[in-house]
Amino acid sequence: MSEYAITAKAKKPALLLLCLALLTGFVQQLAAAELSLEESWKILSSKNYKKKARAIEAIAQHNPPEAYVALKAMLNGQLYYARRSKELYILKEAGDNYIFTPLFAGEAVTRESKRGFKKIRINNRLRSLIRQSLAVMQLKDDDADVRLAAVQELLKNPEAEAAALIASLIDKETDSRVQKAMRTLLAINQLEYGDEAAHPHAIETLAASLNTSAMNALRNYQAPNKVLEKKARAAIKRINDQRDLYAKAETMFFGLSLGSVLALAAIGLAITFGVMGVINMAHGELIMIGAYTTYVIQLLMPEHIGLSILVAVPAAFVVSGLVGIAIERSVIRHLYGRPLETLLATFGVSLILQQTVRSIFSPLNRSVETPQWMSGAWQINEVLALTWNRFYIIIFCLAVFIALILVMKKTVLGLQVRAVSQNRMMARAMGVRSEWVDALTFGLGAGIAGMAGVALSLLTNVGPNLGQSYIIDSFMVVVFGGVGNLWGALVAGMSLGVINKMLEPWAGAVLAKILVLVFIILFIQKRPKGLFPQRGRAAED
Amino acid sequence: MRMLKIIANDKPGSRLLLALAVVSVAVPVLNLLVPENSVFHLSTYTVTLLGKYLTYALLALAADLVWGYLGILSLGHGAFFALGGYAMGMYLMRQIGERGVYGDPLLPDFMVFLNWHELPWFWHGFDQFWFAALMIILVPGVLAYIFGYLAFRSRVTGVYLSIITQALTYALMLAFFRNEMGFGGNNGLTDFKDILGFNLREDSTRIALFLASAAALVCGYVISRYIVSSRLGLACVAIRDAESRSRFIGYRVEKIKLWIFVFSAVLAGIAGALYVPQVGIINPGEFSPLNSIELIIWVAIGGRGTLYGAIIGALLVNYAKTYFTAALPEIWLYALGALFVVVTLYLPKGIVGLRNLRGART
Repeated sequence: MSEYAITAKAKKPALLLLCLALLTGFVQQLAAAELSLEESWKILSSKNYKKKARAIEAIAQHNPPEAYVALKAMLNGQLYYARRSKELYILKEAGDNYIFTPLFAGEAVTRESKRGFKKIRINNRLRSLIRQSLAVMQLKDDDADVRLAAVQELLKNPEAEAAALIASLIDKETDSRVQKAMRTLLAINQLEYGDEAAHPHAIETLAASLNTSAMNALRNYQAPNKVLEKKARAAIKRINDQRDLYAKAETMFFGLSLGSVLALAAIGLAITFGVMGVINMAHGELIMIGAYTTYVIQLLMPEHIGLSILVAVPAAFVVSGLVGIAIERSVIRHLYGRPLETLLATFGVSLILQQTVRSIFSPLNRSVETPQWMSGAWQINEVLALTWNRFYIIIFCLAVFIALILVMKKTVLGLQVRAVSQNRMMARAMGVRSEWVDALTFGLGAGIAGMAGVALSLLTNVGPNLGQSYIIDSFMVVVFGGVGNLWGALVAGMSLGVINKMLEPWAGAVLAKILVLVFIILFIQKRPKGLFPQRGRAAED
Repeated sequence: MRMLKIIANDKPGSRLLLALAVVSVAVPVLNLLVPENSVFHLSTYTVTLLGKYLTYALLALAADLVWGYLGILSLGHGAFFALGGYAMGMYLMRQIGERGVYGDPLLPDFMVFLNWHELPWFWHGFDQFWFAALMIILVPGVLAYIFGYLAFRSRVTGVYLSIITQALTYALMLAFFRNEMGFGGNNGLTDFKDILGFNLREDSTRIALFLASAAALVCGYVISRYIVSSRLGLACVAIRDAESRSRFIGYRVEKIKLWIFVFSAVLAGIAGALYVPQVGIINPGEFSPLNSIELIIWVAIGGRGTLYGAIIGALLVNYAKTYFTAALPEIWLYALGALFVVVTLYLPKGIVGLRNLRGART
């Protein structure tokens, strides 16, 4: 805030100086070109500000690899020189110590005081010169992303000088994104300072931009006549519409990613609950085991965090699947046909699993490291950025779902599972080992829960209560989608996620969740068998 | 007259009532009359603990009535318990008056803390005990009526019903956690001073609350027993065992289910109302689905469909819980988990069933 005030105050003298500089500018420029790079570096440690200015210009023009770091340090008051050797150093403070790193090759020096080194002083004029030089350097950088960032930085506070600079560079620009940002900047400038004939074109350019500065420029625009005013208003409306659209797209994306998590957690349940008629209250704990598996795998391979997630997916499937099979063999197989009893027994199992994990890993939350390739965001345009981890989770959910559908429809196991769920006795008569199928089906559902755990571990902390917070949601998804229907689970999960995220802006996260719960309770009254009810004989039990 | 006959026919039940009567006489005597340094003195802490168990037993009784006799496995009975508790808590909050930390004569502390200037409309009337008592019955009753009316009319049964009752209590928990709701948010209602003008810290008040809990349990038991022994009770069992068939015969299944469900919810509400002054706090945690499931296991362990089994189960499990959480906190969840598994696998009729099994063999 205070810094801003200072620059605002300094504007008038700065303008005066600018005029002076323009007058003497061409003489200086001639002189600057004559300075060699080595000379320029040396001049920096002199006390003459005019000379220093020339040196900075020369350095910017030569643009050696050290130039950026040096100028940046100078701007921040971190560029020093040794009193004796006149060598340039960059200062870094580490606790009570000062670390002087030489700008060129050499060993860093750690000192307790700054004695022997002197700061290179700058004044306001040099400061603005350095800023400009840095911007120019960045605008001429080889990396398009750096250039884009530089233009965007200029866009935040578009000034006439910047526009002149950009105008000289725009023709050489090859990257389309950078070019677009540059055009926006020029249009803003034209709207403010250019003559009236250029205004219509400028407004059109700005209407296609989503940048905040473009919006502000249009809002502040004093239209000289009615036609232009109308045009400007239409442009503002167009930008707002576009932004609304992207905001909706973003909500949709968040909703889908939340929905994917819900669907992932629920798909496994849809198998055990829907296909087998078992209410597995320990499902949440199987998710938790998957999450802990991810955590352990990361502990085992700390060098390869990126790879660890890929290893964790099958590992979690196997671990949770085996735990699931153990639960099925020891408890659930005695309780087939008595769903309410399975609910109670598996709830007991869930308590035991929770306490076991608490004893092994301590009740504290653990966190799983997000690998490099999953962090960051996919910047689609200036207002819409999709975070990669959410994006991957949607893809992961769909992949798991497709794989599961294939297993159920195309493999022998799937055929047998469907046969047993439709008519156990008949399936047995046809030679299906129903006990074996039961165990494998349960293991499959549990394994998918484990994979959901891998996804969840990347979104939240891993703790013993992780599963508990998802179990009710998962049941809601299955009940909403219709028991025994995998598609139902997917559609229900996605739609509940989207509904939740759409309600959130005006209701708040907690109220949105309550509303969704109430909605499901009411929905079940209307359609007791969910969105996609099972049809036929099997449904009438 | 008929009532007496029913009770006389219900041998284990009448024994349980007798035991309750003995305890109700013994506890005040041991606490108030026996000097404190005597071996037989019962500390006020224990009295309160016993009173708490009795309210749990009433809650379990309510759950058994719908689960054991109607086959409705409600995983949301804790919600009715908590609502009754909140109604009582609101009365107790209003009784604090100017003795709160902020000394506001009208607003409870948490509202002053939230910078509210007016009492929300739903807090009016709670300064009167009769109104609070009415609400203790009405709020759980009306909620159960609306929920049951919708659910039973559209024939939501079995697992679906269990899951949406769970959703109900979960939604209520989330709602009560919100400060904006006006129920004290996270912290709930606490710091109570007195009830009906009697100081809650006095031993005699504690004893009175204990006796009230015992009386409520006895009344609840007798009425429930009367219901299940009547023709209505037989219709309930018929619905539990063959819902469609009962409907075809001509019973109004929805109506029967609805009224028993409402009655059960009211019992749970009363239990909650007696629970709150004894433990001295009510917070949204009481709504947590875990509590509701846990109370089902009390019933299952005691023996569902017997009424007295539910009471025995609640007392036993809670005693074990108090003992284990103090002595071996690590073990408790293992033990509770194992109880769930073992009881459902090997004791489908609960502890009470164990006795019958032996009786059948000899």
